[in-house]
Amino acid sequence: MPKRGTPALHEDFLQGTLDVLILRTLVLGPAHGHAIAYAIERSSNDVLQVEHGSLYPALHRLEDRGWIASEWGASENNRRARFYRLTPAGRRQLTHQTTRWESLARAVSRILRPAPGARGGR
Amino acid sequence: MSWRRFLRRAAWDAERRRELESYLDQEIADNIARGLAPEAARAAAYRKLGNPTRIREEIYDMNTIDWLESVWHDVRYAARVLWRSRSFAAVAVLSLMLGVGANTAIFQLIDALRLRTLPVPHPETLVEVRVDTHGQGRTGSFNGRNPRMTNQLWERIRDESHGLTSPFAWSTTQFDLATGGESRPVEGLWVSGGFFDALDVRPAAGRLIAAADDRRGCAPPGIVISHRFWQRQFAGDPGVVGRSITVDGAPLEIVGVTEPRFFGLEVGRSFDVAVPICMEPRLRDRALFDHADAWWLSVMGRMPPGTPVVEASARLAPLASRVFATTLPSRYTANDAKSYLAFGLIAAPAGSGVSDLRRDYAQPLWLLLAIAGAVLVIACGNLANLMLARASVREREIAVRLAIGASRPRIFRPLLVESLLLSATGTLLGIWLAGLLSRALVALIDTPGTSYFVDLALSWRVMAFAGGLAVLTCALFGLAPAWRATRTAPGAAIKAGTRSTTDDRQRVGVRRVLVVGQVALSLVLVMAALLFSGTLRNLVTADAGMRTDGVLIASFDMRRAGVPADRLLDAQQAFIQRVASLPGVTAVASAAIVPMSGSGWNETLVVDGEAKKPYPNINSVGPRFFELLQTPLVAGRMFDARDTVGAPRVAIVNEAFGRAYFQTPAPVGREFRFDTGPGEPIRSYRIVGVVKNTKYSGVRDEFGPLAYLPDTQDERPGSAFTLLVRGDGRSALAPALTEAARATHPEILVSYQTLDDQIHASLVRERLMATLSGFFGGLAGLLAAVGLYGVMSYLVARRRFEIGLRMALGANRLRVVWMVLRESAWLVGIGLVAGIGLAVATTRWSQALLFELRPAEPGLLAVAAAGLAAVALAASLLPARRASRVDPTRALRND
Repeated sequence: MPKRGTPALHEDFLQGTLDVLILRTLVLGPAHGHAIAYAIERSSNDVLQVEHGSLYPALHRLEDRGWIASEWGASENNRRARFYRLTPAGRRQLTHQTTRWESLARAVSRILRPAPGARGGR
Repeated sequence: MSWRRFLRRAAWDAERRRELESYLDQEIADNIARGLAPEAARAAAYRKLGNPTRIREEIYDMNTIDWLESVWHDVRYAARVLWRSRSFAAVAVLSLMLGVGANTAIFQLIDALRLRTLPVPHPETLVEVRVDTHGQGRTGSFNGRNPRMTNQLWERIRDESHGLTSPFAWSTTQFDLATGGESRPVEGLWVSGGFFDALDVRPAAGRLIAAADDRRGCAPPGIVISHRFWQRQFAGDPGVVGRSITVDGAPLEIVGVTEPRFFGLEVGRSFDVAVPICMEPRLRDRALFDHADAWWLSVMGRMPPGTPVVEASARLAPLASRVFATTLPSRYTANDAKSYLAFGLIAAPAGSGVSDLRRDYAQPLWLLLAIAGAVLVIACGNLANLMLARASVREREIAVRLAIGASRPRIFRPLLVESLLLSATGTLLGIWLAGLLSRALVALIDTPGTSYFVDLALSWRVMAFAGGLAVLTCALFGLAPAWRATRTAPGAAIKAGTRSTTDDRQRVGVRRVLVVGQVALSLVLVMAALLFSGTLRNLVTADAGMRTDGVLIASFDMRRAGVPADRLLDAQQAFIQRVASLPGVTAVASAAIVPMSGSGWNETLVVDGEAKKPYPNINSVGPRFFELLQTPLVAGRMFDARDTVGAPRVAIVNEAFGRAYFQTPAPVGREFRFDTGPGEPIRSYRIVGVVKNTKYSGVRDEFGPLAYLPDTQDERPGSAFTLLVRGDGRSALAPALTEAARATHPEILVSYQTLDDQIHASLVRERLMATLSGFFGGLAGLLAAVGLYGVMSYLVARRRFEIGLRMALGANRLRVVWMVLRESAWLVGIGLVAGIGLAVATTRWSQALLFELRPAEPGLLAVAAAGLAAVALAASLLPARRASRVDPTRALRND
């Protein structure tokens, strides 16, 4: 979630970001919603603090597009949870999105003139 | 978004709920593990997740199809609104059902008769080979309902190469299944060997007639029956193949049954029994098979796919001279031969078959469709009025909604959905009703002598038509009110609700235009009703020159009685004597051509060696023919016992005959002869009597020249003959006649019809038009009156305050009544004037169907206008009376 005071990013842009992050997380193996939310938080060094609820519509959207698939299973502490895994289409999509992101990030940082700590769109 | 998700969105939502619960469980457990108290752990988990309901809603929204969801809402809303005003909804649905039902029923018939192709594979490649007569007449005898070729022509065309694959020939006929007594006619087909193969008809049982079955001089081959006949006559018994039935006295073996969908090539009829053409000379004593001037066959074939019909014609053209030269009938006169040799051959598309029903009814049906369509439009006018009234009741509600920011489409849509719901319901019921009505229509045009079979299955064309009607009607009655409702300025509407002393002219304007249109249209329909009923009346009351009531037509077939040809005349005369002596019979006469039966016979007349035009009609009758029909003798004598085979040839003619050829109405003593071909005996006829003019082949005929020959001088009578019998009206004649026939010979076949029934049957089309147009015309008048009543009532209600004021200022009741009537008279007057213009412009389409009436007959127009004006006056009297009962004090005190 963007910090207060920063102008809201374009909705599609934000969605796209979340989608890529989810896909990236699932590369490591199937995971349930709770785990994905924490994984994203942790791996971004807590810079990206997603409201965990907004993850679910994103998961639904990705599954609808056939990039991920889901089924019920037992979590590590033996609770029932819905596990998501990457489909081959999702894997292709991740590669594609990653390339796009990298070029976008390069372009943006060229414009902003690299200043340490300014990464992340602040 | 997917349809699957959309339809399963409730189940999907439950799934999400469980998933979110699983998240919360996990997070709460983690929080407790981090040392939070259970309550705090739960609160923290909810904070982390956000609002679960909102998340679910977001996902639910992703699963729905937006517009569908909201349309569904609108439909439910409209259904509730309509349910609350049930009587309005019932009136609307009922009138739409009737309107759409009538229109669809008529269209169903048009579709079945006119638009549909034959139910055989690749109907578009079928062509019929026709004789191009270059406007000349063909000479000879004509048999069956589609007599285009002689057998000689067919055999020549079959053996030539002309680019048509699998040529075949066929003809319609009636076979008699009875072995004696009253005849049992069935619809028959003569077919060539290639008929079923060329049409790709498959057997439902057994096999069909093949090329090997149809050879000149064939041994009794098998016959094929239709699926319908199989079901009707044999209840679908599979053992029917191999069984024999008596067809025209000969036992013939059934070899197969055709597939259910095949009814023959005649749209509107279904064949029962098909027999190879080569059997014709064996079954019929006056066979057409070897007569080069007997026209009875239809020749068809298939073009290679994609060939245009003109090309098929072009390939047939070079054959013509050879084909006609080798088939010239020997009996033709020089004139006939000349035009015969000049005939050409052309191809005509035959993919939709042939149909006498189509020829007779295509135009009437289109006219009826136009009439029924106009009635539907008038009915929609009334519905539009009702919708407008409802919209004005809801005007304030809509105004308020507009004022607080509802978008116009959002207001517009539920109103439109409401009308759509009404028109869809009305249309569905209408389609159901159409099924009943179209069957009733076929039953109406079916007469005892015919057995029409019209396949009334709902085709996509009929469904599209009904769907189109639904959209059209909806647009007609729903669009205007919905549009108007959203046009209203909110402020004005809210104000108008409180004080309606003055009325914005525009609002009433729409309704006035509607009423004017309704009056105009109904004038056209009333005029049509008057024209068609007038035509029927003219035909029924037309002077036929004879008395037709109480005359029985009895047909006898002595073919199987085994009377030798040279004794037939005596046998017939003896039989006539026997019938004449039956109790209850007052007069008997034989007739070759039964008057007004549709049959005819004409010849080229030669007077003093000079061939005359026009051709006179001929009839060969018994001595008491004129007495029986009470046709008065003008001069000379009747036929009598003197006129025998050996005596000089005599004739009786009508007055028109004398005028046409002898320039005198009574040419008694003059002589004439007929033009004959080579080898025919030349006979002179002396005119011995002159009778009054009578109708000959149909009720619609003009009186033309007509010569009667005595059948007692016919040395070659046929074995089938027809008697006209007049009884004393006290006893049934048919049983006595059947008994007399049986006593003479058990194998004589008899069939009966009364002369009046036969004339009645020949006027079926006119009666149909008169009945239906009368019904629709009356309905249109009534609907227009209802519309007028509605508008006048509305106007009076709107002007209550003004009327109260006028009365308070001294206007008396009569003046108020007069004021309302004058207003309505204006509307009706404009409507009538417009209607007269419209009627003059449109009724000419009915010209061909009228008899002794002009399309825009001023007298009838005046009657129609006066009738409508009277109905309109009656309809506006009630509101006028109500206006005059307005109590000034109450009208002024509060509104």
